[in-house]
Amino acid sequence: MAEYKTPTSEPEFHANFSQIKPRMNNSEALFESSRCLFCFDAPCIKACPSGIDIPQFIRQINTGNTTGAARTIYEANYFGNACGKVCPTEVLCEGACVYNLQDVKPIEIGRLQSFATREAIEQDKKLFGPGAPNGRKVAIIGAGPAGISAACELRSLGYEVDVFEAKSQPSGLTVYGVAPYKITNEEVLAEMAYLENQFGFRVQYNQPITSRRELEALEESYDAIFLGIGLGATNPLLLPGEERHNCVGAVEFIEQLRMRHHQTAVGRKVIVLGGGNTAMDAASESARMGAEDVILAYRRGKEEMGAYEFEYDLAKGVGVKGLFNVAPVEIVGNGKVEGVRFIRTATLNGQVQVVPGSEFVESCDMVIKATGQAKQTQLLSLIPGLQVDNKGRIVADERTGQTTNPKYFTSGDARNGGAEVVNASAEAKATARGIHAFLSC
Amino acid sequence: MPDLSINFAGIKSPNPFWLASAPPTNSGYQVMKAFDAGWGGAVWKTLGVPVVNVSSRYGGVNYRDKRLVGFNNIELISDRPLADNLREIEEVKKRFPNHAVIASLMVQSRQEWHDIVRDVTNAGSDGIELNFGCPHGMCERGMGSAVGQEPEVLQTIVEWVMEVAKIPVIVKLTPNISDITEPAMAARRGGADAISLINTIQSIVGVDLDLFAPYPIVDGKGSNGGYCGPAVKPIALNMVKNCAQHPEVQLPISGIGGIENWRDAVEHILLGASSVQVCTAAMHFGFGIIREMTSGLEQYMTEKGFHTIYDMVGKALPNVKHWEDLNLKYKVTADINEEKCIGCQLCYTACEDGAHQAIRLQEGSRTPEIIQENCVGCNLCSLVCPVEQCITMERRDDGTEHLTWKERTEAGTIPTEFNDERAGGRHHWVPEPAAALGKEKHKTLPGKARQYAAADAAALEATPAAGAE
Repeated sequence: MAEYKTPTSEPEFHANFSQIKPRMNNSEALFESSRCLFCFDAPCIKACPSGIDIPQFIRQINTGNTTGAARTIYEANYFGNACGKVCPTEVLCEGACVYNLQDVKPIEIGRLQSFATREAIEQDKKLFGPGAPNGRKVAIIGAGPAGISAACELRSLGYEVDVFEAKSQPSGLTVYGVAPYKITNEEVLAEMAYLENQFGFRVQYNQPITSRRELEALEESYDAIFLGIGLGATNPLLLPGEERHNCVGAVEFIEQLRMRHHQTAVGRKVIVLGGGNTAMDAASESARMGAEDVILAYRRGKEEMGAYEFEYDLAKGVGVKGLFNVAPVEIVGNGKVEGVRFIRTATLNGQVQVVPGSEFVESCDMVIKATGQAKQTQLLSLIPGLQVDNKGRIVADERTGQTTNPKYFTSGDARNGGAEVVNASAEAKATARGIHAFLSC
Repeated sequence: MPDLSINFAGIKSPNPFWLASAPPTNSGYQVMKAFDAGWGGAVWKTLGVPVVNVSSRYGGVNYRDKRLVGFNNIELISDRPLADNLREIEEVKKRFPNHAVIASLMVQSRQEWHDIVRDVTNAGSDGIELNFGCPHGMCERGMGSAVGQEPEVLQTIVEWVMEVAKIPVIVKLTPNISDITEPAMAARRGGADAISLINTIQSIVGVDLDLFAPYPIVDGKGSNGGYCGPAVKPIALNMVKNCAQHPEVQLPISGIGGIENWRDAVEHILLGASSVQVCTAAMHFGFGIIREMTSGLEQYMTEKGFHTIYDMVGKALPNVKHWEDLNLKYKVTADINEEKCIGCQLCYTACEDGAHQAIRLQEGSRTPEIIQENCVGCNLCSLVCPVEQCITMERRDDGTEHLTWKERTEAGTIPTEFNDERAGGRHHWVPEPAAALGKEKHKTLPGKARQYAAADAAALEATPAAGAE
């Protein structure tokens, strides 16, 4: 039997998707912050892609200067609250905490970070503002972590900033692609509103940029263009039967879950294909949506999964079962998904090889493909002189984020091929500085 | 089983743990409850002409997540009528004849002292404690610490009390004085049977950042209070030791100050106390803490082979010396256990910024390294290290030499001039001041240290001691 009852209302949905990093109360924050050793040259800072001065903000929390703590966090990372909740802290800051070496629980840095930033957001503490206008304009395509971070930084440098977003809400994956037990929509949007209010950039929603004509218009009106377009839809598997009803992409599934909550339909028996963090999310979420059986099928062994161990543990914790060394060969069914035909595999010298004659069908009524996202090659091909590498990633200067078309800059998934929110945020901040350097000379 | 009972200047008690005169001993109800829980004695909240108190009365010092590491109060002596207190003392003694009930007293005139001493004796008190310590409220009225700070007045009052006292008399001393042994000696001259110390220290525990007023706040204003709690133990221990070591004090000592567990109590006892008094800990955690205290003390005594409390009283005193009697030839330096090091590098910054630049970082490792040549053995790194037994101080001298400052003074080899080459720091390596601003923060190298010391020694030989410019 399923561990979770299928949620039929908003409160039931929230009960099933309760936050894995719940908000700290003042006492928790005081106790936890008091444990920080204030390491010299702290490993947690080095482990943070955005380089937040973690010991500093923790000490600020401990001395009752929570606003100062929020400032320290936001100075380094505009997605301060979101990152506190969605970052894989277990392998970043908290994973680097020296307490781990003493088998002591590391400081809960992520939760402390969200504690400080949420207070600032809720009290609408004025921490930053736009810089003196410098008469220049930058267009940003995509209101995800990269686009919004770039917008904040550019505004602080005095640029006029217009953001063009295809969807109806800002923050990209943070609101559309992260598992709901990591962060709620309300929380994400509150941080976005806070940033918009502080920096005063303009976001135009439901404004996809898809044609050369639209790009030309931007090129004419703006001094530089920032591409924060992330990745595209789930890659097709190119298997027979993939078109059957209830065979869906993980990104699309999670997006629907984030937007429609308990109104999202989930099968009774779900097979998730893939071994990355998105697969873990999709599997966990299916289980929390009341699926009776959730199987995570991966073509290699457990140890070779791309997902973080704690993500797999999280999925296992809600009853997800692993099926390893199997490759899907067909989605079987009659109009609707009825199962997946797998073939067993073995890994030889790092290469996955099928075991002849080992095919079998695992029945199910839903398949979620978590097998990677496509690149937005269509849009990129409309930008003259823009180079992409053999993996479809935009080629850009490591330091400045400038692409091979000097007017275009980029950060985030479109450039790094898919990483964490914190990576996008950190890269975009640097790229905004790159734009500034480019336009200032 | 070790015997925990004591006979303190004639006051018998089943164990050395007494509640100090304070709010926990305000009533017969509380004292009986405490005895029932296992306390050996109680010094009744000070009796005198009853007072009127203010609210609030207590202030706390919190450190990070720890509450009440320090505590203060502006409460005065008992605000209850004397007759009520006497009746309750009588009742407690009836039910607990073998426990110690000591009446704390504070009045002004000779007649008042005579009367109240007789009253509490008649009520059945086992002893009397004269409150010459209260540092707030009462001292402005010429009592409490006002008396404790004037040895002659103190002696006079003790003499008045001794004129009529038929039970043991303890004099409670104030720490708000430069030399605690002065009032202690005065107490002895006056004929007291024992002393107890310390009373609270005059204090302001904090200031409200919004109201601009000290804690505790009474209608927007505050006053200095009496400081106590775990934070005052080091001060109390030193004063207990001072009295215990002084040849002209020679009185039983009841140790008070920062006692929260058996270890604190043992420390007081090892420095000369033979009973201990507890207040803040009971106010913070309740009378139940006595179980931990007695069981810890019993365990300790069993393990050390002490049969009675008196086997351990003052046991540490012979090892408390004057600085000039310490061995200058004894040398320890720090060792880092790399297995245990967690790489927080607190030792590095502490030594670099706060001590003697004798720790360096290593390429490719977060484990710092001690530069033995530079280490002066100050101990700071081992104190800041968060890992048990990771940084230890290891003995480096061969134990064959022993030389004290006193001996050097007698031999005429101590530094006597401002630029004396016999100064201790003369041969210690320190970085050039400008190196502090360099890109490379730490340029300390053992090779360089040796080189520097060698050059220094050579220069010394070439020129006689340079005088002050």
